Formats: sequence, structure tokens, C-alpha cells
Amino acid sequence: MRRIWRYAAPAAALAVLGMAVAVKAQDAPGGGPSNVQVSDEGKLVYEQICQACHMADAKGGGGAGAAIPALANNPNLAKPEFMIEILQKGRGGMPWFTDMLTPAQMAAVITYVRSHFNSYPDPVTEADVKRFAAGAGHKPDCNCAQ
Amino acid sequence: MTEMNEPTRRELFSLIGKAGGAIAMYQAMTALGHAAETQFTGPPKLSPARKGGSVLVLGAGLAGMVAAYELSRAGYKVTVLEYQDRPGGRNYSVRGGDKIVEVGGVTQTVGFAPGNYLNPGPWRIPHHHRSLLYYCRLFGVELEPFIQMNHNSFVHNSKAFGGKPQRYKELAVDFKGHVSDLLGKALNAGALDARVGKEDKEKLLEALRSWGVLDKDMAYTSSLRVSGQRGYDKAPGGGVDGAPTPSKINSLSDILDARVWDQMSFYFNYVMQTTMFQPKGGMDMIGKAFAKQLGKAIRLNTKVTKVAQDDTGVTASWEDVVTGQKSETKADWCVCTIPLPVANQLDLQVSPALKAAMKAVGYSTQCKIGLEMRSRFWEENYSIYGGHSFTDQTIGLISYPNNNMHKDGPAVLLGAFASDARGLMLAGMTPEQRIETALAQGSVFHPEEYRREFLNGASVAWSRIPWILGCTSRWTEENRSAHYQNLVALDGRFVLAGEHASYYGGWMEGSLLSGLDAITRIHQRANVA
Ligand SMILES: Cc1cc2nc3c(=O)[nH]c(=O)nc-3n(C[C@H](O)[C@H](O)[C@H](O)COP(=O)(O)OP(=O)(O)OC[C@H]3O[C@@H](n4cnc5c(N)ncnc54)[C@H](O)[C@@H]3O)c2cc1C
Ligand code: HEC
Repeated sequence: MRRIWRYAAPAAALAVLGMAVAVKAQDAPGGGPSNVQVSDEGKLVYEQICQACHMADAKGGGGAGAAIPALANNPNLAKPEFMIEILQKGRGGMPWFTDMLTPAQMAAVITYVRSHFNSYPDPVTEADVKRFAAGAGHKPDCNCAQ
Repeated sequence: MTEMNEPTRRELFSLIGKAGGAIAMYQAMTALGHAAETQFTGPPKLSPARKGGSVLVLGAGLAGMVAAYELSRAGYKVTVLEYQDRPGGRNYSVRGGDKIVEVGGVTQTVGFAPGNYLNPGPWRIPHHHRSLLYYCRLFGVELEPFIQMNHNSFVHNSKAFGGKPQRYKELAVDFKGHVSDLLGKALNAGALDARVGKEDKEKLLEALRSWGVLDKDMAYTSSLRVSGQRGYDKAPGGGVDGAPTPSKINSLSDILDARVWDQMSFYFNYVMQTTMFQPKGGMDMIGKAFAKQLGKAIRLNTKVTKVAQDDTGVTASWEDVVTGQKSETKADWCVCTIPLPVANQLDLQVSPALKAAMKAVGYSTQCKIGLEMRSRFWEENYSIYGGHSFTDQTIGLISYPNNNMHKDGPAVLLGAFASDARGLMLAGMTPEQRIETALAQGSVFHPEEYRREFLNGASVAWSRIPWILGCTSRWTEENRSAHYQNLVALDGRFVLAGEHASYYGGWMEGSLLSGLDAITRIHQRANVA
């Protein structure tokens, strides 16, 4: 738990959290940006962000006729593009992360999930994520810079 | 500017009112920019339903229950199927003894004293949410003020004032004073002469002097006048030693570090302006009042898994989560208010365009933590009665209870309201870790008392709540233009409603307006079908 205090990630790669909170239409806490930064390390990105839904053991869990899918031992993750796409576009309850994570952070967490909870050791790089984001037909369905 | 010989607005309204009656009056006022507070113009006036007409409503949140209530009044046979063991949906309060079960099975049992509660979802109602206020009044839900703005609460920024929280009023008055001082200097130096005419310049200087509380040299300096806004070092008293002493203003650069404009502009938001309300006894009083009207029409513990439709009607398949019984319910029409993160995974017989729309809407990721404290030390020791103290730490803010002020006995404080990445960071923790984080971070405001007075706590991490897997819908201009009309369109005999099917996402008002709109369209279609 003290974990969150430990992160001292390189400033250049940090995503500033909580931007433009005050202008959101929905009920929101208000106040300014946070001093809390998402880490650059894949494992810590998983624990800070993905674990909120996919659970610490990456086994997900059931809901009211719907489920948060397991990321552990998930054959869909064999192709790196699958994860790159869903992190950029979101799908249903799975958020898009273009406004929360940098391409480098996405690459780090994808590499971590694929190698740690699955046996797909080949790393995904920041360049892979950027190339995909720029590619034709892979624009997010939603403008993610809210 | 009003010309002398033109009627004033008020005179004009009264003329129109006399000539054209209330509707013309309302339209005229709206056109002139008055009274355009909500799209609610009263409950729908549905002509009597065709004999035997039936509607199936999925989800007993406010959208589902307002739909069911108004349809029943029009004579439809209505059934509401609800997954949870209580009606209300996100209109929810937790009290002592309640269990909060997360995806994955982690369960908290709330330990609050009798009468205390946490509103983990909706907690404040703007004065212009007319449909919500209408139904509260209709059903006798008693409302009390929600203290939105408190000049005496704190703002904490870890990068300002050595991390020491400051009172909002001191920061806000200093911000206003320094900005006025600088703008006045720019005006007097002629820097804005190209933009501001001579007459306006004089008025503006006068405004800055008064609004910014500037001294005779148009400078923002410490004085008793300024203390009359930001507070004194020694407050005015009586008798011999009654004279006050002024407080010392902060420097411009300290004020900028504190970013107090974030809070100042927050309070300017249309949906955040005072007056705000909360139901007495907990937000769920609203859901309970609706449910009382509907009685046996609501079937609880009923998990809908599938909806099929054809030319003659709809069939929902469901499972009773207590008995395991599986069954089907048929009706002429279906209003589905199940939150999209769940609904998009169900087996729904709807058009591809609607399916795509359901997958394209994102959800926010908030987390709230309630802390029960032995005493109201924020009132006794800090003169804080309701309102919020903001921080740039993970917890986002703490908020003080709006009820039972000046009383003894334990009270529940909102110990965190975090969204975006901060909400996820809290959600990813165990309930014990969340409480520990809330105590560690909230102590910045009340270091002496916070841990000492703490009794117990409870948290709701919305992304782990099984019946929603998220918090509230997040529309952007892009997904709105690509998908919104498809999302709200009548799809055969099936229509969506809920806060996500509105331009008032994340507010109960949006749920009600969406529910009313959906049934009005169903009713029109049913009458021609
Ligand atoms: C943290 C937070 C803060 C908020 N703050 C405010 C505020 O201050 N003011 C305000 O006005 N609004 C606020 N809101 C928004 C407000 O809570 C919602 O807009 C409103 O309550 C949603 O009502 P609904 O009927 O659209 O959906 P819900 O209330 O979510 O109803 C949907 C229902 O569907 C049920 N369901 C799910 N799956 C199934 C299934 N398979 N079968 C059957 N039933 C199912 C659910 O159990 C639920 O009861 C807040 C929301 C949150 C989460
Ligand atoms: C707010 C909750 C939430 C968060 C946070 C979240 N996810 Fe998801 N995720 C979901 C849900 C729900 C789905 C299923 C969506 C659907 O199909 O309706 C999902 C689906 C996925 C899938 C697709 C799995 C499959 O087999 O179809 C992947 C991959 C994924 N998430 C990875 C991640 C990663 C990596 C992170 C962290 C950066 C993350 N998720 C954070 C909720 C979340």
C-alpha cells in the first residue's frame, strides 16, 4: 500500500493525472491535478491501474451477467496488436487509456501482462504502440483527450 | 443596454403572460435566456394505454423506476426486473450492517453507528435539476441543504506552503487581490488602452479597487479591510481588548503554487453552484420512495441474461440469483436501463448499430471512502461545517457531513472521492489498504485528531461493483456524434434509458429525463402499432 509513495518516475514520461477535472460535466471531485503519478514500470502500472478491475491475480471476476475477463492465461493476448488496440480504443467497461497512460507506459504494461501472467515473452515497445496509433483504421472510436 | 422607451424585461414577460398564457410565457422566457434550467416541463401526459399493453423494464435504478411509475399511471402492465436485493441502483446509501461485495468476492461489512450513512454514489442535487426535485416533492422525500461551498475549509497542495493546508478564503481572497493589483497596474500603465476605452477603464479600475480590496495606491497589501475578507490574526472582540489585528497576505507566487483557481472555478460550474440539496437520512430515500410507489411490480434478485424480440413483443430470460430458478418474462415493449459495461456483454437481440454504440461509451472510475469518527472535531476545533477540503493526493478531497451539526456522537466523513487514475489506484487496493491510505492522507488536514478519533470505515470502488463495473458514462464529442442517436433510438420493441442515454450523464436528472423520453416514444409507437 505504501507503494504509491515510492514511485519517482522520470519526469519526461509522466502522464499528469486529473487534467481538466473542473470542466467535466459529470459529478466529479473537482480540485486540481494530482501529485500522484502513474509509474513507468510495467508491473507498477498493472498494480496502480489495471488491478482495479482485472484483480491482483489478473483472474478478473464475474458480475451481473457480465464479467471482467481474466488477463492471466488468456490466449487472446498472443497477438500483441490485440492488447495495443484495446488499450487505445477501450471496449464497454474497459476504458481507453490514451488520456491516462503514455505510449511508453502502455508498452510497459502490455509487456508485463503478456510475460508475467502469460508466456508471451517478446516485448512490446513504445514504437509499436505509436505505430499502431498512427496506423490507418486504428483511430480510437472515441476522442480520448477528454 | 435598455433604452428608456423600451419595456423592461419584466414588463415584457407580464405582457406576454397576459396575452398568451403560461406556455407562451415559458417560451418567451426561454428565448430571452431565462428559465432554461432544465428540459423538464412536468411529468409526461400519456393518453391511456391500449388495453392489455405491457412493458418490461430492466433495472430498478431511477431511470427504470420513473419509467415504470409513469407507464403504470398511463395504464400499462409493468414489470421491473432487478439484479440486486434492493431497488435504487446507484441511488444508494450504506449503513451499519450492510455488506459491500466486490467482483472477486471481497466483502466489507459496514460498521457505522445507527443513523449514520455514506452516500457512495450520488450525494448532491443542484437546484436546477427540476425533474428530480419534482419527484422528491411528489413522493414526500425530505431534502436538506448540501453544503457545497465552505470558505473555511482547506486547500492542500503538496507543492505549496511546504505542504501545509491553507484555508480556502485566505487563498481565494489573495488570488483575487493579486490579480486585481496586476490588472490595475497594466491598466494604469496604458498597456490595455487599445482594448479598453477611457470610460470603461475608469469603471474597471473602480471595480478592481473594490473587488480586489486594493489600498489607496491600488496595491494589494495586508490591512484590516483585507482581513475583513480573508480573516484576522486577532478577530474583532468586545470591550477593552476588542480591537482586531490584521492577518498577513500571501505572496503572488505562493498563491500560484497553491493553484486555488482550480477550486474557485470548480464552484463556478453550472452543476456545482449553490444551492444544493441532499435527502435527509441518505440519498437512497429517493430510490426507496419510487420503489414504494411500484410495490410488487419490481422483482428483485433477478439477473437478466438475454433479451429476444420479434414483431409481436419482447422476451427477457432471467435467473433468480437466490433460488437459481430460471425463467422468462414477455411484454410488448422493453426499456433497458442496465449500465452499459454490463449490458454490452448480455445477449441482446438488437441492431449492430446499437451494439456498437453500447461498446463505445466509456465509464469513469471513481472510488469513495467513508470514515466514521468518534466526534465532530472539524466543527469544534476548526469551525468547519460541511463542505470539502481539497488535496492533490490520491484521495482527492475529504468532505464534512451536512447533517446533525453541533451534535455529539460519531459522524461519517467522506474520506476520499477520487476519480480517473486516482480512483483506480484506490480501487486496486484491498479495503483495509484503502482505509489506511485515507487516514494517512486525510491526516494532513487534521493531524491531531484524524487517527485518534477514527472508529471504522467503508469503501465503494465502482469499477469492482458487480452490477455496473464502472461509475458513470463518459461521452466525448466524437463518440457522441458517432453513436448517441443510435444509442437512444427505438430498436424494434427495445429502447435504452439511463444516465448514459442523456446529455446529463453522471447525474440523476439525466436518468429521469432519459426514462421519461424513452417511455414517451414507446407510448407514441404503441398507439400507432
Ligand atoms: C460516485 C458517483 C457520484 C455521483 N454523484 C452524483 C450526484 O452527486 N448527483 C447526481 O444527481 N448524480 C450523481 N451520480 C449519478 C447517479 O448516481 C446516476 O446518474 C443515477 O443514479 C443512475 O441511475 P440509472 O437508473 O440510470 O442507473 P442505475 O441506478 O445504475 O440502475 C441500473 C440498475 O440495473 C441493474 N442491473 C445491472 N445488471 C442487471 C442485470 N443483468 N439484470 C437486471 N438488472 C441489472 C443494477 O443493479 C441497477 O439497479 C453519481 C454517480 C456515482 C457513481
Ligand atoms: C475500469 C475497469 C478496467 C480497468 C481499469 C482495466 N480494464 Fe481491461 N477490461 C475491463 C472490462 C470490463 C473488460 C471487458 C470489456 C467488454 O468486453 O465488455 C476488459 C477487457 C480487457 C482486455 C480484453 C480481454 C479479452 O480477452 O477480451 C484486455 C487485454 C484488457 N482489458 C487489458 C487491460 C489492461 C492492460 C489494463 C490496465 C492498463 C486494463 N485492462 C484496465 C475493465 C477494465
